[in-house]
Amino acid sequence: MDDTRTTTKIQELTYELKVEDVISKDIATVSSKLPVSLLRDILYKKRISGVPVVNDGKLVGIVSIEDFIKCLEQGEMDALIEDKMTKKIKTLYADEPLVHAVMKFEKYGFGRFPVISRKDKKLVGIITKSDIIKGILKKLETAYHDEEERRYRASHIFNDIIADEVFLKFQYYVEGKNFDRAGEAATGLKKTLYRLGLSPEIVRRASISTYEAEINIVAYTDGGEIIAYIDPHQIKIIITDKGPGIPDVKKALEPGFSTAPGWVKELGFGAGMGLPNIKKFSDKMTLRSTVEKGTHLEIIIKLSDYRNGE
Amino acid sequence: MINLKDIVQKLDLKVVTGNIDREVSAGYSSDLLSDVIANAQKDNIWITLQIHVNIVAVANLQELAGIILVNGRQPEEATLKKAEQENIPILLTELSTFEIVGKLYELGIHGNRR
Repeated sequence: MDDTRTTTKIQELTYELKVEDVISKDIATVSSKLPVSLLRDILYKKRISGVPVVNDGKLVGIVSIEDFIKCLEQGEMDALIEDKMTKKIKTLYADEPLVHAVMKFEKYGFGRFPVISRKDKKLVGIITKSDIIKGILKKLETAYHDEEERRYRASHIFNDIIADEVFLKFQYYVEGKNFDRAGEAATGLKKTLYRLGLSPEIVRRASISTYEAEINIVAYTDGGEIIAYIDPHQIKIIITDKGPGIPDVKKALEPGFSTAPGWVKELGFGAGMGLPNIKKFSDKMTLRSTVEKGTHLEIIIKLSDYRNGE
Repeated sequence: MINLKDIVQKLDLKVVTGNIDREVSAGYSSDLLSDVIANAQKDNIWITLQIHVNIVAVANLQELAGIILVNGRQPEEATLKKAEQENIPILLTELSTFEIVGKLYELGIHGNRR
């Protein structure tokens, strides 16, 4: 992001956000009839530099650490808060745009403004400059995530490429026996499919199927590869490895049947649900295997709802 | 829908990573990853004793709202790193699965409707 854009975005946010979106609502207040000396504990313990003075819910003033220090210097710790507080106070309404708060901070140079509700004028919170910064940063973070997602949208690709047939091919290599990296291919494919603008349901089914297949490569083989072909009508995922192969394919497809070794089971895998899960989440699954040669698994997920051209 | 932040607060869960400002639809508890893949649903909170890095992959694929690790178990280093990267909330409790699920149920977190 360049500077001018950041500035504009922040300005935009100060109009978008309301004072009440950023204020601290859990605040300390004091009554005006208390002696100034009591402020020490409140200001110190809460690490704040000023506190609103409230009588019966009504805001009557604000007393700051500067007021406290002045009393300390002049030996007036027994004076009542009401005699030392600032009575003419500037407030903000909770429903005002944040930019009003920014302007008031600039205009008056105060450290804080009490925030009251427009309806009953009761104190609802307090706003400091750091509340504004925090509020904007939080909003920026959300906006950034949205932007990031938008930027990666590549859904127009099928429309932009001119050909009679378009296939996208994504290839992933899977390391055998390394559970620390298991799932990387599936997660990568998931992100890629999202960027292509596929529907969440399709992405979920494709990535879950791929994950299960990937786990099989990791748990049972010395490695393999996953290739996903995407065209406007379907996702075809081909998972291959070089062995050891499945002796009884039919049995392997039965839910609950597993040949997983103990160490795999300890990690929560090998429940005999992998291949049944793939079957469940895909539209078509074809499994071919030759002992000592390897396994070839083909998964098809149809894209009936592919948002091509929309 | 209940906010994960409220759950964290009410059940005194320790947040080790992830943004907990998100909605929880229902709960699922299992230590078998394929079972979670088959039966958990989007925005579920998942209760497990598994702590290795693949729980993050499962949560990510299923778009779960978060993972609660039970019995005071700590996530492995790699799990933590991955969860941070993928922004998957990982929450810790000293309680057993049975107890934490009971408390979640009391808060109104139920299973997925079939």
